[in-house]
Amino acid sequence: MTVLFAYKLGGLCLFFMGFTALILRSHPLKKIMAVNVMAAGVFLLFIAMACHGRVGVAIDPVPQAMVLTGIVVSVSVTALALVLACRIQETSGGAGSSEGEHPPQGDS
Amino acid sequence: MNSLSLTLFDCVVLVTLLGLAWQLLATPDLFKAMVLFMSFGLVMALAWVRLAAPDVALAEAALGAGLTGPLFLSALHRLRGTRKGERRQQLDSIEHRGKIEKVTQRTSGRIIYLLLRILFAGLLLTLLVHLATILLHVEYENPGLGVFVAEQQEESGVISPVTAVLLNFRGYDTLLEIMVLFVAVVAVWSLATVRFSEKSGQVSPIQQGVVRILAPLMILVAVSLIWQGTHLAGGAFQGGAVLAAAGVLMMVSELPWLRLIPSLPVRLMLVFGPLVFLGLGVSCLADGRFLEYPGELAGFLILLIELACGLSIGLTLACLFVGGRPVDDLVDRGQLEEGS
Repeated sequence: MTVLFAYKLGGLCLFFMGFTALILRSHPLKKIMAVNVMAAGVFLLFIAMACHGRVGVAIDPVPQAMVLTGIVVSVSVTALALVLACRIQETSGGAGSSEGEHPPQGDS
Repeated sequence: MNSLSLTLFDCVVLVTLLGLAWQLLATPDLFKAMVLFMSFGLVMALAWVRLAAPDVALAEAALGAGLTGPLFLSALHRLRGTRKGERRQQLDSIEHRGKIEKVTQRTSGRIIYLLLRILFAGLLLTLLVHLATILLHVEYENPGLGVFVAEQQEESGVISPVTAVLLNFRGYDTLLEIMVLFVAVVAVWSLATVRFSEKSGQVSPIQQGVVRILAPLMILVAVSLIWQGTHLAGGAFQGGAVLAAAGVLMMVSELPWLRLIPSLPVRLMLVFGPLVFLGLGVSCLADGRFLEYPGELAGFLILLIELACGLSIGLTLACLFVGGRPVDDLVDRGQLEEGS
């Protein structure tokens, strides 16, 4: 029971760490990584909550299937976000002429 | 004794997980962060094993660690490839830091900045503590859906409960998930193009040789993962991910025959899995409802769907790794047509 709670708490901590990094980090790759860590936290919490009783007992297959779906979707989201980040870099960095004058502040 | 060592193992896994996450989010070195991210995925897989979710563990190890890491690495390579972009990035960060320093040089500014940080941290901590107390005190009376799945297991045609949920009871979810993967490839292809046949020429023959031995083995593992999805942990997604990893390995080793693959079969393979899934689902309409397989054929149909989707998922993930529409074959063909 307590170990299970530790896993739930770990999931929560991962989510909040990812959330903080998402706000504080400015590099787009770091932001995408932070979103991935947040997703991992949510999955961990979800599966830990589906464990009734104690750790290591076979659990409900429905949450497992949902987390499986979630992992695959988060991979495709990551891939799309990375291509978008590269594209943003290309269009904003490759223009060249106005470099150094008024670089857009894309970070928060 | 046994349970004590297992509890210790749980603690080690959790502490490593949190430590890795902290390190990978805190380090300014992007490459280091990526390596840490991959190890984070592997430790995550260990946590899934401990939580008795082997299917999720396999998917996490193959997708979360095996594929997301290379995705990040190739994106970093491309971001650094655009020199101007990098300079802009540096300028951005220098100016940003300059602004913060300008603000923090004044004492009042420094105090406000510090106060904001404390406020933010305090808010997050309060939220965390509240959620944790809710989790600690909440009691479940609902036994979950496992009972219903176990009741209907015989009708599903497969032995593995997770596969039964994925491909039979909640087939809609999986169908839409595969569509999401397909739409991701379409979006990536419409955003960027890559020159696929561009060779760096820096791949050592040893690497190519090792990959020539490894790739068939990985394809074998992938097919066996798809096959055993019906009765054990595994399935189309795990198998597809291993297949994609084999593809990624072959691409980074620049095996020469990869460039000769024409684009039409690739496009057809991409839609093959979703189309088979959709087609079988629609054909179920004849004597039932959408995606409601007839009892005696269910096992066979699920295996068919898994094989088709596994192949397509593998190719889809490999295409996502390429990170754009390969243009060479189209350009070459255009030139050929102009020449003739």
